[in-house]
Amino acid sequence: MTPLAGYLILSAMLFAIGLAGALTRRNAIIVLIGIELMLNAANLNFIAFWRFSEHPEALTGILFVIFSIGVAAAEAAVGLALIISIYRHYKTTNVDEVNLLKG
Amino acid sequence: MATDILFYVLAALTLIFGALVVANPFSRNPVTSAMFLVLTIISMAGLFVLLHAFFLAAVQVLVYAGAVMVLFLFVIMLLDLKEEERRKIKLTGLVAGVVSVGAIVAIFVRSLLATKPSENLPAPTAVGDTATLGKMLFTNYLLPFEIVSILLLVAMVGVILLSKKDLK
Repeated sequence: MTPLAGYLILSAMLFAIGLAGALTRRNAIIVLIGIELMLNAANLNFIAFWRFSEHPEALTGILFVIFSIGVAAAEAAVGLALIISIYRHYKTTNVDEVNLLKG
Repeated sequence: MATDILFYVLAALTLIFGALVVANPFSRNPVTSAMFLVLTIISMAGLFVLLHAFFLAAVQVLVYAGAVMVLFLFVIMLLDLKEEERRKIKLTGLVAGVVSVGAIVAIFVRSLLATKPSENLPAPTAVGDTATLGKMLFTNYLLPFEIVSILLLVAMVGVILLSKKDLK
């Protein structure tokens, strides 16, 4: 197995773990944590492709991951604030019980 | 080779801790999940060091294990989540999740093994040093940098508005 393939397979598995968390757990906070895991897997992909690219001196992968971490931090903060206001309204964080918009 | 062994050890740690984040057989407490997320992120920072992205490893620990995890723990402790621990996982949701995730892993791994990436690439030489990174961030990538800063400001104002008790 080449080194790049190892990193890509690891990141695919980590993405799958995060997806499993977001799909199977019903606690909204754990769903957000699963999304964070998926974002981290994508970041690992960026770094691996940068490291084994033809022009690593361009640093594009690292710069992209820096922006991605910034966006992820903003996303986590907004998501948690939404969870707080949902909890105030429904007294629960179970994503199955928050179904007012469900037809 | 030492880096190969380190890669396998760190990869195994990342996967084990990641699995414990979403499906812990011993505890359904969200605080345990958050703590295992910290361990996952720290072992991923080790992987970043292996990939010679030293600055990013530091940023990963600072931002994720520091700032974001404090946010998560604050919200978990702010909300009363005792009932979540008793709730059972629905069987249909579990089966659907496991099947779709297994399918995605199969597709990813099969396509990766079929294409065999980087088989004839030269060994990497360059290192992402922080001085060049800062120079790039303030010259070529100045616009995205400023956009991210405005995004963070907007997110901060939005979070304060959203979590206020009564909007006026």
